[in-house]
Amino acid sequence: MPQISQLSEFYASQIFWMLVIFGAVFFLIGRGMAPKVIETIDNRSKRIADDLNAAEAAHRDADAQEKTWRVQSAAQRGQAQALIAEAKAKGAKATEAQLAVAGKGIESRLAEAEGRIAAARESALAEIETVAADAASDIAARVAGLTVDAEAARAAVKGVLHG
Amino acid sequence: MAAEAKVDPMHQFMIEPMFGTDGWAIAGYHIPFTNSALWMLISAIVLYAFMMGGMRRELVPGRWQMAVESMTGFIDNMLEANIGKEGRGYLPYVFSLFMFILFANLLGLLPLGLAGVHPFTFTSHFSATGVLAILSFAIVLIVGFWKHGLHFFSLFIPHGTPAPMIPLIFIIELVSFLVRPFSLGLRLFVAMMAGHVLLEVLSSFVIGGTNAGVFFFGLVAIPSFALMVAISALEILVAGIQAYVFALLTSLYINDAEHLH
Repeated sequence: MPQISQLSEFYASQIFWMLVIFGAVFFLIGRGMAPKVIETIDNRSKRIADDLNAAEAAHRDADAQEKTWRVQSAAQRGQAQALIAEAKAKGAKATEAQLAVAGKGIESRLAEAEGRIAAARESALAEIETVAADAASDIAARVAGLTVDAEAARAAVKGVLHG
Repeated sequence: MAAEAKVDPMHQFMIEPMFGTDGWAIAGYHIPFTNSALWMLISAIVLYAFMMGGMRRELVPGRWQMAVESMTGFIDNMLEANIGKEGRGYLPYVFSLFMFILFANLLGLLPLGLAGVHPFTFTSHFSATGVLAILSFAIVLIVGFWKHGLHFFSLFIPHGTPAPMIPLIFIIELVSFLVRPFSLGLRLFVAMMAGHVLLEVLSSFVIGGTNAGVFFFGLVAIPSFALMVAISALEILVAGIQAYVFALLTSLYINDAEHLH
């Protein structure tokens, strides 16, 4: 077993070189490099945690903004509906007034037209009376040779026509 | 017929001095640069190269940086879980320990023998693992006495020990405490050596069985070879587990020193 049989010959060399080389490893790698690697890891996890927090804050912010937006939009919608209702009511009132005016005009024109029709009828009737009286006096003159007074003829026709 | 197969499973652990055999000495102790020291150096250099890949420090890591960060984060989490917030302070030592042992174990398993190079596993020498174990133990002692003074000895008396039992328990706990550096160093050395010896013995079966004719080739060599493949996979696992166990026990012992139970 060389570990034992060579011990007396090489133990000093083994211990010396182990201390020298492991010492170099400790100072160069253990103290020089490993803490930097750990620092890099820590920085990264800190950065990730910070970013996550920022994202969460942004999320909460967005939620709050959405809420206020919702409230605002509901209020605006209510306003808009009130405006529409008002406009509708106004429109309906205006239409009603116009309709009333127009109806009044139509009524007066109807009354006027009816008056005209009644007058026309009256005059037509009067003319028929005259024509009938003339015709009656003519007929009486031809058939009986009577000269009938125009007034008498008219009275006679009136009596027949109006029964 | 190949030459007579003579496989010495222990030969792989032979330390061979490379240079500095005659002159190099400190206070009378010879410190030649051996193949063991060479593989320590190679492990350190490969580890350094590995870590350089993690030094780009980008926000979105690449594969290599991810690998370095997961190793570092693994040790950091282990220290955090075992020691608590003071664990960060021990990261440089425990991380160096874990990675150095891990790279040494894995590099020692490389099949470089195919290229004629002998990969020497210095973690299969207790003269090497012992240094690491004593370092860990020394840190535990220094931290313990630094933070708690003589109160550190209360570590050897568990809570709720009946008064008449205290002297006995104290001695038992003291012995178990003093055994720690030995168990720490020997565990790694034994695990690495056993695996390497097993692979070597099995390979001698493969060579011997093949040379002994077709019957033994089928009976011994083929099953041995299949077993070698499986054990090689197991050894890679053991390389990682032993490095982890060394680092884990070190952090547990440091926790004792930090918090006294």
